Amino acid sequence: MKHTLLLLIGIVLLMAPAQAQTDSTSAFNQLFGRDTTLRTKDQQLKLNMDATYDRPFLTANKMPVSVGGYLEANTQYMQTDGITEGLSFQARRMTIFLASSINRRIKFLSEIEFEDGTKEINIEFAAMDIELHPLVNLRGGIIMNPIGSFNQNHDGPKWEFIDRPLSSITIIPSTWSNVGFGLYGKKYTRDWVWAYEAYLTNGFDDQIIANNQNRTFLPATKANRDRFEESFNGVPLVTLKSAIKRRKIGEIGLSWMGGVFNKFQDDGLTLDKRRRVDVWALDFNTTLPMGTYINGELVWASIDVPATYTQQFGRMQQGGWVDIVQPLVRKRMLGWNKAVVNAALRVERVDYNVGTFAETGDPIRDDIWAIVPGISFRPSPTTVIRGNYRYHWQTDLLGNPPARTAGFQFGFSTYF
Amino acid sequence: MKKTTLLFLYGAVLVFAAVACETLLPGTPANDALLDGPIAELTPEQNALFLAGDAAFNNEIFTPATGLGPIFVATSCGSCHAGDGKGHPFTTLTRFGQSDETGNQFMHQGGPQLQNRAISGHTPEQLPKGAAFSNFMPPANTGLGLLGALSDEQILANADPADKDGDGISGVPNWIAPPHFFKSQWYHKPQNDKYIGRFGKKAAAIDLLHQTVNAYKQDMGITSEFDSEDPINYAVSGQAGDLADDPEVSSAKINAVVFYLRTLKVPVQRTADDADVMSGKALFMSTDCGKCHTAQWKTPQSDVAVLSNQTFAPYTDLLLHDMGSSLDDGYTEGTAKTSEWRTPPLWGLGLSKNSQGGRVFLLHDGRAHSVDEAIRMHGGEATKSRGKYVALTDTDRSKLLKFLDSL
Repeated sequence: MKHTLLLLIGIVLLMAPAQAQTDSTSAFNQLFGRDTTLRTKDQQLKLNMDATYDRPFLTANKMPVSVGGYLEANTQYMQTDGITEGLSFQARRMTIFLASSINRRIKFLSEIEFEDGTKEINIEFAAMDIELHPLVNLRGGIIMNPIGSFNQNHDGPKWEFIDRPLSSITIIPSTWSNVGFGLYGKKYTRDWVWAYEAYLTNGFDDQIIANNQNRTFLPATKANRDRFEESFNGVPLVTLKSAIKRRKIGEIGLSWMGGVFNKFQDDGLTLDKRRRVDVWALDFNTTLPMGTYINGELVWASIDVPATYTQQFGRMQQGGWVDIVQPLVRKRMLGWNKAVVNAALRVERVDYNVGTFAETGDPIRDDIWAIVPGISFRPSPTTVIRGNYRYHWQTDLLGNPPARTAGFQFGFSTYF
Repeated sequence: MKKTTLLFLYGAVLVFAAVACETLLPGTPANDALLDGPIAELTPEQNALFLAGDAAFNNEIFTPATGLGPIFVATSCGSCHAGDGKGHPFTTLTRFGQSDETGNQFMHQGGPQLQNRAISGHTPEQLPKGAAFSNFMPPANTGLGLLGALSDEQILANADPADKDGDGISGVPNWIAPPHFFKSQWYHKPQNDKYIGRFGKKAAAIDLLHQTVNAYKQDMGITSEFDSEDPINYAVSGQAGDLADDPEVSSAKINAVVFYLRTLKVPVQRTADDADVMSGKALFMSTDCGKCHTAQWKTPQSDVAVLSNQTFAPYTDLLLHDMGSSLDDGYTEGTAKTSEWRTPPLWGLGLSKNSQGGRVFLLHDGRAHSVDEAIRMHGGEATKSRGKYVALTDTDRSKLLKFLDSL
């Protein structure tokens, strides 16, 4: 299967003639700078939900298919309480985009990701969009559930940090995609844009409370390959998001997804009651007048863990992160026009088990705090070379002295 | 930007990185602040086996797919022994069904251990009506290999069932009927086909294989070749109900965990040279606490070379003592009486809070929330010693407590 997929992608790439050009280099230069002064007025009204198409593609002459992608690689040296595994080199992911405008109002886009070499190969997105009206677009296929901002807007070259935000990958299972259908639409005024998304998809399964992480872990469902073939329990996962943005101020999004995660019946026989999982996310981003870019996301998850199951598995989780990116220097450097040096800082926290022990009334912990300062160099808006220092404190369920992990990461990510 | 500025920035980053590597990476906690880690001087082959056992003990999380339950107490070994230390009330387990030396009368109702949790779609056990029970706090794992290497003769040498010396302290072994997989060793000295138990609150496990197999089954519902039946909730059905193939762990894994437990290091005493600590130790002995909490042992020859001829100070005699009516829960195991408890080792006591969430939960069920409180709850054979402790001046009591905290 892996080899067939690789072969198909290779053929598509080889079909692109040598004279292929980006469809608009200047437009891409405007797209990916962290500084809104690089953006056109239209770009200033782009939302996180637009990230799907807000990518550079190569279009071959007369070819109906556009090709793109990105690569992320890095090295890191991390140490936990004096113990280190040494220096590692990681090819975290290579992602291929294939897109096609079937008609002026019918588009197709796919995103195929190879993680850690070929350890994981996923079709993260493969959907057809049909515009019926600017406020009513039909999307179907393998779609990214629009929960929070990171799940929608996760391409490596857009970020100054090598690690993805913890709450966005361990509470929200980014990248989280499922088979389903839904609607989205946008309404523009002069300085405002408002958008909504609403989808029904396949959803979670009971691995979220039966996994080798020893905690409630929504991403465990990603191991279920069958979710692209059939729903685990026949109840669709509902995902709703609404976002609003004002030019020169910023964007705020509110999203929710909810459904049943357990197999409550099989062959017509009742096995359990319906158990729900609900996730809420609040995301925001803005650029301050001095060019400081602030981006963040808060997430809450509620899981109906059976009362007879262990308290090790949280009934409530919460987390969040804030990224602050400050362009320090933006000018021609080392032969690159408009190269940018950024200073960056991420602060993040996840609490996998919000509650108190029934036996003692003490708070249940199982949480992580992390702080990640970094520096990045963008020779062009679509490429980032970044160095991060990461320090995090991980406290176990009981609240014992935290394990301290810290280290240095250096890597790059680029669209191609 | 000028090239010199860039070079300066580049240089600054390099200097920062070089300095940071030394100061910004979290260092190793002091050896005496941790309970986990292997005993010194294992061979490379033994190190590999230790690591395999460590991974199975601390990292392997059981799920319904890998055999968890269907009724259980915890999802992994490490859940109950954070950092190889004592457990927490959250993982306290309940034993039930035996109220005298005649054996457990509730085996047909799920005895001897209550599995109070269940995987989805299954029902956890409830205590059967009329069953005697007691709650057991998971103990620390450290130094178990040295305790296991002692000979029965050494243990029996401290026994004084008839209190011939008239000090009010008897001390008897718990005689345990061995499981079918038990292999007698040269240092065992059975009586009437029963063997001396060494591990557990009531000393009901003869050796670490016995303890480990029981814990896999009774705590996690994990079957092995040594015991291939899942725990059963008899209130629901007489049949075990999980769908994972048995055995759910291999003998190799069980044996690796046993080796891990045998070769975990001994807790290192802190501030042993402190004057107050030394005075406290003298007071510990003069109040006769050391009559049961035996300070010094030396192992005979062992099949694991680093366990041979080791002098160590666990502060236990591995014998049962009557602790009085206030600690008598009415439940027992083996030949122990309901008021009798095995003297718990005191080594590592000062690190208890690091595995119990910043507080301490002492005695067999965690009812004591300080060492002082635990001592004051001693009764029975320990009544005289408790009286001597209570009669100490505040200064001397604090020295004695400081000594215990250094262990």
